Amino acid sequence: MLKTTHAAAQRPRAGRWLAAAAGLALGLSAALPARAQDTIKVGILHSLSGTMAISETTLKDVMLMLIEEQNKKGGVLGKKLEAVVVDPASNWPLFAEKARELISKDKVAVVFGCWTSVSRKSVLPVFKELDSILFYPVQYEGEESERNVFYTGAAPNQQAIPAVDYLMSADGGSVKRWVLEGTDYVYPRTTNKILEAYLKQKGVKDEDIMINYTPFGFADWQTEVSKIKAFGAAGKKTAVVSTINGDANVPFYKELGNQGLKATDVPVVAFSVGEEELAGLDTKPLLGHLAAWNYFESIKDTKNATFIKDWHEFIKNPKRTTNDPMEAHYIGFNMWVKAVEKVNSTDPDKVIDALPGIEAPNLTGGVSKMLPNHHITKPVFIGEIRPDGQFDVVWKTKGLVPGAAWSPYLEGSKDLEADWVTLKCGNFNKVTQKCGGAG
Amino acid sequence: MSARGDGAVPPPRIGAGNLAMRYSRACLVALLLAASFALGCTSAYAAGLDEALAHFTADDFSETSAGISAVAASGDPRAETIIRALQDGRLMYSAESKAVYIKDESGKLTNAASGEPIPGDAPADLDNVRINNRLRGAIEAALGGMTLLASDPARRFEAAQAVFKSRDASALPTLETALAKEQDPQVKQALAEARAAVILSDDKASDDDKIAAVDIVRQRGDQEALGLLSSLPANTSAPVAKAAAAAIGAIKNRLALWEAVQNAWYGISLGSVLLLAAIGLAITFGVMGVINMAHGEMVMLGAYVTFVVQDAIRTRNPGLFDYSLAIALPLSFLVAGCVGILIERFIIRFLYGRPLETLLATWGLSLILQQAVRTGFGPNNREVGNPSWMSGAFDAGGITITYNRLWIICFALAVFIALLALLRFTRFGLEMRAVTQNRPMAASMGIRTGRIDALTFGLGSGIAGMAGVALSQIDNVSPNLGQGYIIDSFMVVVFGGVGNLWGTFVGSFVLGIANKFLEPYAGAVLGKIAILVLIILFIQKRPRGMFALKGRAVEA
Repeated sequence: MLKTTHAAAQRPRAGRWLAAAAGLALGLSAALPARAQDTIKVGILHSLSGTMAISETTLKDVMLMLIEEQNKKGGVLGKKLEAVVVDPASNWPLFAEKARELISKDKVAVVFGCWTSVSRKSVLPVFKELDSILFYPVQYEGEESERNVFYTGAAPNQQAIPAVDYLMSADGGSVKRWVLEGTDYVYPRTTNKILEAYLKQKGVKDEDIMINYTPFGFADWQTEVSKIKAFGAAGKKTAVVSTINGDANVPFYKELGNQGLKATDVPVVAFSVGEEELAGLDTKPLLGHLAAWNYFESIKDTKNATFIKDWHEFIKNPKRTTNDPMEAHYIGFNMWVKAVEKVNSTDPDKVIDALPGIEAPNLTGGVSKMLPNHHITKPVFIGEIRPDGQFDVVWKTKGLVPGAAWSPYLEGSKDLEADWVTLKCGNFNKVTQKCGGAG
Repeated sequence: MSARGDGAVPPPRIGAGNLAMRYSRACLVALLLAASFALGCTSAYAAGLDEALAHFTADDFSETSAGISAVAASGDPRAETIIRALQDGRLMYSAESKAVYIKDESGKLTNAASGEPIPGDAPADLDNVRINNRLRGAIEAALGGMTLLASDPARRFEAAQAVFKSRDASALPTLETALAKEQDPQVKQALAEARAAVILSDDKASDDDKIAAVDIVRQRGDQEALGLLSSLPANTSAPVAKAAAAAIGAIKNRLALWEAVQNAWYGISLGSVLLLAAIGLAITFGVMGVINMAHGEMVMLGAYVTFVVQDAIRTRNPGLFDYSLAIALPLSFLVAGCVGILIERFIIRFLYGRPLETLLATWGLSLILQQAVRTGFGPNNREVGNPSWMSGAFDAGGITITYNRLWIICFALAVFIALLALLRFTRFGLEMRAVTQNRPMAASMGIRTGRIDALTFGLGSGIAGMAGVALSQIDNVSPNLGQGYIIDSFMVVVFGGVGNLWGTFVGSFVLGIANKFLEPYAGAVLGKIAILVLIILFIQKRPRGMFALKGRAVEA
């Protein structure tokens, strides 16, 4: 009885609210096209809710900061930039929907976004169909080069392979036995496939490689860690190459610390653990474990110092860390601005053609260049975890490493080449001389 | 004196370049000369030390490695202090003035070679000497060689372990001395094992000595012993190799046995986590029949209460940190319990008997709670520290038991027993059982069923909140914390038998142990799938779970 009266009393009120909201929405959408004339819109497609919010929210913030700074300098082509932020909520199909909304409804000139490979794959058809530009800032498994996508994160040859090389060197401890530990999805599986082929080519035997996968968000690492301990007791120097992603890292490192597996015995080199991930962790037991990235917050460089200062001011929290994907957005954004200024237009076709060859400074003292395969040149650093949760760089590549879209160590991809300048193809087969993949 | 000098010859495996070797040999000769002529030892030390310290100003790992060997070889009384400072990142250098300093805990600088405070201001380009993993190993080996004769038995034990790992032949004379005068049986054992390890890697040792050494290592019987025996030098003679192979077989058998024990322990540990996560649900879902998808979020709220408590303690009264969990427990129960009561009063009570609507409403609620926490605390993980009594591990036989897991098992059992007692012996427990078994009859006896419903839901939620305190110790404190446990919790409750606390108890431990015995063979992903399939098959056979309720209560 009570229930019905309540509902009846509420209905008219709800109706009024609805009408008001609809009116407001109408008003807004009517106002928008008028403003669109004097701004250039930049789409930001990062999850602000759901599981991936932990990583992607920061990237949204850094994009807002970069856009604000560019506007202070007078914008681009005499127009102000306007950020359009949408929330795909860590939901892969929603990424595609939101991308479509950004391109066809908001008419953005470019989109910066995605984190997981599956979200990138989900938006690919949309960017192809509507012919727009996506800057993808995260290290990924490679094996892809699309005309509409620019990959500013590391390809496997800019992260995984140099890290393994370091561990094999005398400085890294001359590692002879390998544990490839990863979360069970496309990035770790592909990366581990490449690494396995690479290690075997280097003469590592089958019995000296152990590959393990765990589900997303895995929390009970006791068995896995004791398995690693047992594997490491064969009398040869052992290392763990970790492609464990996201939340599962924290309990993994906690268990390593608790079981007393120290970096001097079995070092762990991680490809997905940065300053941000360590921020929620007591890092003292992790001293000396490694990470391979193209950027570390601790790197001393004037550009980096300015970037960190600006970031702290923008986010109004001096404790917030910076990380590798943030630098990737920094490079990508500056490259896009330069390309737009070069062709004096935001037309995607013109900008896509102008981008290869564009150079922009990175935050570690070098200048990165966009390559014809839509990947960029980057330096590779190996850092050891310090007690304060930052990294000490213990090794770096001599110069900048050009990103390779297709791995030469995989059967299906070693004949492929990506070149959007002369070949106009993302998967040109050097053997059959045809565009269109393997055989 | 000379014994110490001998003991500190640089370990050959560091391989920091011939230069260092030649240098340190020269240094050793100088030292012996100085000793034999009984000349001013201190001046010889100081000169050797200064040259050794110069290596640290190069900012190069190979140079630093040479520096460690040189400092160790110098035999200087300050060598240990310097190397410890290097290990802790307190050894500073100035590239410009080529000077090396030690920074103490309060940040004061002293001259590394003399130990005297420096006059005036610190040099502007002061930086700490960087080390990497290889150097950390070298440091441990050097310290091991130097502290074998330390007065503190714990440090002697540590030193013996370090030598066991480094197998540094030059430490042998010191080891013999230490072994001869050692009183502590545990340290003596460690020293004997270290000596065996050195002998096994030493080309000059006789076969008889080596076979005796194999026997000592075999008795140690752990993974490190296995690692040592399987990496004997290639030129090991046949009888020794045979003894080693036999020992490896024996150790492997022993380890296989312990592995089963370890799996059982891990299973109990996982079971206790499942029990904690599911026991609140056993009340809200099991006893009340509410499909509560927001159960995981109650766990998450409890974890966030722990974070808030620890944060307050950190800023106000760091001395209380070890008690933070004890303070967080009642608070998390109250917070999650109150949220639970609010949910029951404002949402769920309108939906009794409509499982589908309840499911959707509570699922929506879980999303709202997650996003509320995400907005309030930020999407990032929050750091919840382990109190000192929950950190680290100890060895029991051949298995490692971590303190945090041990305490969580105890806590889960305590919560379970307390809950059983509450239901069995208190008036509230009696009323709760009465209401869930026969609502109209209980109402006609004068029990206010609405109030009991709210309190029961609050109790289930409050227990979930307390589980959150425990889970914050082993998992991420993030808005997604609860999601990882909701499926497992339902699995346990359904498997154990809806409405039966003992079913939940047995169910969680059966699932935990089965999972951990499957995991080493099937892997974490397949193991979990296998468990799910087994449960589906089991439910086909026994739809009401392991401990099905019987009698009229079932129909009600």
